[in-house]
Amino acid sequence: MSIDTFTDSGEKRARRGLSSLIRQQAEQSLAFASLVLIFLFFAFTNAAFYSWSNITGILLSTAVTGMLAIGTTFVIITGGIDLSIGTGTTLAAVVTAKMLTSLHLSVGTGILVGIAFGALFGALNGILITFLKLPPFIATLAMMLIAKGLALVISDVRPVYTDSVSGWSEIALGELIPNLPNAVLILALAAVIASIVLNRTIIGRYTFAIGSNEEATKLSGVNVKKWLILIYTIGGIFVGLAGILLTSRLSSAQPALGSGYELEAIAAVIIGGTSLLGGKGSILGTVIGALIMAVLINGLRIMEIQQEWQTVVVGVVIVLAVYTDSLRRRRAGLN
Amino acid sequence: MPTDQLLVISGVNKEFPGVQALQDVHLDLKAGEVHALVGENGAGKSTLMKILSGIYTKDSGSITYRGEQVNVASPLEAQQLGISIIHQEINLMPDLTVAENIFIGREPKRFFKIFLDKKLIVKNTHALLAEVNLRLDPNQKVGDLTVAKQQMVEIAKAVSYNGSVIIMDEPTSSLTTTETAALFKIIGDLKKAGKGIIYISHRLEELSQISDRVTVLRDGKYIDTVKTSETNISKIIALMIGRNVEQDLRPEVNTSTSEVVLEVKGLTTKRLLKDVSFDLKRGEILGFAGLVGAGRTEVALALIGRDPIVSGDIWVKGKEVKIHNPAKAVALGIGYLSEDRKRYGLLLGQDVSFNITLASIKRFTNWVGFFQKKSSGDAAKKAVKALSIKTPTIAQTAKNLSGGNQQKVVIAKWLTRECDILIFDEPTRGVDVGAKDEVYKLLRNLAAEGKSIIMISSELPEVLRLSDRIVVMCEGRVTGIQDNKDSDQNSLMKFATKYRA
Repeated sequence: MSIDTFTDSGEKRARRGLSSLIRQQAEQSLAFASLVLIFLFFAFTNAAFYSWSNITGILLSTAVTGMLAIGTTFVIITGGIDLSIGTGTTLAAVVTAKMLTSLHLSVGTGILVGIAFGALFGALNGILITFLKLPPFIATLAMMLIAKGLALVISDVRPVYTDSVSGWSEIALGELIPNLPNAVLILALAAVIASIVLNRTIIGRYTFAIGSNEEATKLSGVNVKKWLILIYTIGGIFVGLAGILLTSRLSSAQPALGSGYELEAIAAVIIGGTSLLGGKGSILGTVIGALIMAVLINGLRIMEIQQEWQTVVVGVVIVLAVYTDSLRRRRAGLN
Repeated sequence: MPTDQLLVISGVNKEFPGVQALQDVHLDLKAGEVHALVGENGAGKSTLMKILSGIYTKDSGSITYRGEQVNVASPLEAQQLGISIIHQEINLMPDLTVAENIFIGREPKRFFKIFLDKKLIVKNTHALLAEVNLRLDPNQKVGDLTVAKQQMVEIAKAVSYNGSVIIMDEPTSSLTTTETAALFKIIGDLKKAGKGIIYISHRLEELSQISDRVTVLRDGKYIDTVKTSETNISKIIALMIGRNVEQDLRPEVNTSTSEVVLEVKGLTTKRLLKDVSFDLKRGEILGFAGLVGAGRTEVALALIGRDPIVSGDIWVKGKEVKIHNPAKAVALGIGYLSEDRKRYGLLLGQDVSFNITLASIKRFTNWVGFFQKKSSGDAAKKAVKALSIKTPTIAQTAKNLSGGNQQKVVIAKWLTRECDILIFDEPTRGVDVGAKDEVYKLLRNLAAEGKSIIMISSELPEVLRLSDRIVVMCEGRVTGIQDNKDSDQNSLMKFATKYRA
C-alpha cells in the first residue's frame, strides 16, 4: 500500500462528507419532527386545539417573538448575543406610537419610523460592540436597561393608545388572506426574506464567517467591524418590526410589555438548532423553534395547565433541545 | 522480569468508529530511560499516550506496570499509579500563581481543612523547583510567564506527582534552543533519579541528544524499536514514512527577478521590532530565520496591519503605502498564512468552497449583494484542482481535511484573491514529514509563477532548502541578510544568536 500522507483514503473521506450532510439534514428534521409530534399529541388529546381559529391564534401569538427570533438568529450566528431585543421592542413600540399620535403620521410613515428606529437601535448595539469593544452580552444588557428606562420615560409610564390612527391595527389583525391575520403573513414573509439574506447574500456569508472564526475572517481582509454593525442593524430592523406588530395588535404601546421577550426569542433560536458558539444556524430552524414554543404553550393552556407550569415546561424543553444537540455534537466529534 | 522494567505495553488495540487507531502496539520502558516515540501525525502516538494516561481505554492488549497488570481507567488512576503526562498544549490556569497551579486539586489545607495553607504550598514549590533546577518565583502568576516558562511549570507539576513514568508530548515545540537545552538538563536529572520518560517529538534531530531508544509507529501499527546509538535521522524518517526523504537540499533554481515588490524601511513597533529593513523581489522566496521570539511573526503582523507600527515605511510595487488593517493589506495583494491555521487561517466549521472564496466574496457577489454560488464554486473547484487539494467535494467541511490539505486551502484562498505577496509563517508546522515535500514543491512553484514569498521558519534545513535569500532576526532586529549560497546552518545560527551585549 502506498502511503499517501496528505490525506486519508478518498473513500473514507467521501463517506464522512455524506454522513455530515445527513447529520445536517437530521438536525432540522429532528426539530421539525418534534414540532409535528407535539402538534399531533395536542391535536389528539384535545379537540379544541385542532381548530383553524386556534391554529391562527398560535401563529398570531408567535408573531412578535418569532420576528425577534428571526432577527437575532443573525446575531447569534456571529457568535454574539442580543439581550436588548425585548425592551428594544417596547421602546420601538412607544416611540412609534408617540410619533404616530402626536405628529399624526400616516400608517406607512409610522411603519418606516418603527423600522428606522429599530435599525438605529441595532446599529448602536453594533457600535458599542465593535468600536468600544464591549462584549455583546454586556453591551446589549446595558442597552436592554437603557431601552427599558427610556420606554417608561417617553411614555410617562402610561400606555400610548393608537386607536386614533385609522388602519394601524389592520397591520397585524387585518386579513389580506381571509381567516389569516396579516401578522402571520408578515412573519412568513420576513422569514423568507431573512432566509434569502442569510443564505444568498454577502452579508449572510460574512455572518457565518465571523461566527466561525472572527480573527481568520479579519485576516482575510474582511472589514469585520463594519459587517458586525450591519448585522446588529438587521437584528434591530426586526426589533422595529416586532414593535410595529405589537402596537398594532394591542392598538397601543405598553411601556411595561416586552421585557422577557428576548429570552423567548433566544430560546426559539436555540431550539431551532442555531449554535450559541456561532457559525451555524438557519432561519427555518428558528421558525420551527418559535412554533414549538408557541404550540407547546397553547396546548398546555388548552389542557388547563397553570401558566406557572407552562413556563416550567418551556424551560425543560430548552434543556432537552440543547442536550440532544450537544449529544449529537459529541458523537460527531468522536468520529 | 528484570526489576528495572517500569512499563510494558503489549498487543494494544484501539478502534474508533471506522478507524483502527492502534493495532497490536508494543512499547516497553525501563527505569532511567528516555524512550522516544515517533511517527507522523495520525500514526497513533497520541492515542497510545491517552490510553496510558487513562483518557481512553484500550480495546484489548495488556499494560504491565512494575510487573503487575494494570488497567488505567481514568486520569486519576494514572496519577495514582505514578504515570504523569505533559500535554503539548499548556493546561495551566493563567490567573493562578505557579505554586497554585502545581498543587491544584491537592492543596494542603489547615484549620479544619477550610483554609489553603499558602505558605506550605509556596515552600513545597520552592523545594520542587530547586529539585528540577528551575528558577521561577512560586508567587508569580502563570499568565505573566513566557510560553517556555509555562512549559517548565508543567514539567515541575508532572514531577511533583512523584511518578516514575513521565510522558512528554512535544515539549520543545515552543521552546528556543537555550530553553530546550535547559529542558534536556532536567530530563537528564530525572533519568538519574530513575524515572522513565516517554518522549514524543517531531524534531528528530533532538532524539540523538536525548533518547536512549526510539519506537516508530506508522498508521497505528508498531513498526520497530531501535537503539538511538545504532541509527540516524534518515533511517528513522524512512521507518516513519516507509521510504527515504533527502535531507539538506538547496533550491534547484533561483526564480527571483530584479523587480522589488515590497520594501520595508525602519519598521519599528512598540513591543519588539526595531528598525527592521528588507526588500522582497518578484518570484523570490525570502526566508526569515531566527529563534522563537526573535520577532519574525511580529514583522508579518505589522506588515499586514494587524499590529500597529510606531515608525517605518512600506513600499508595495514602488508606491509608499500605509497599512492600518488587514483589509488594506489584502487590497494591496498581501496575504498572510499563519502558523496557527486553525485559529487565524481557516473557518474550520465551514466547507472548502467557503474557505477558498472567503477573501474574494465581493468578486462573487452581484450588485444587489447576492452571492453567486455557481461562479464561486467554479473558482473553488479550479483552485482545488490547481493545488491538488485532496477533498471529495468542495462541500467538505474544512476540519475534516488533513493538516497539509488545510494548508493548501488557505493558500488557495489567497491565490483566488489574486494576492501576489504571500507571507508563510511556519508553512510545514503540523504537516506530516512526507507531506512537507509537497508543500516545498508548491512554494517553489508559486515563486516560479511570479509570486513573491516571505517564508518564516524555525527549521533551518527548511529555510536553506527553500529560500533564495535569508533574513535572520534576533531580539526584534535584523541581524543578517544573506544569499542562500553563502549560508549554512552555522552561519545562520550565529546571526540568530547575535544578542546585544
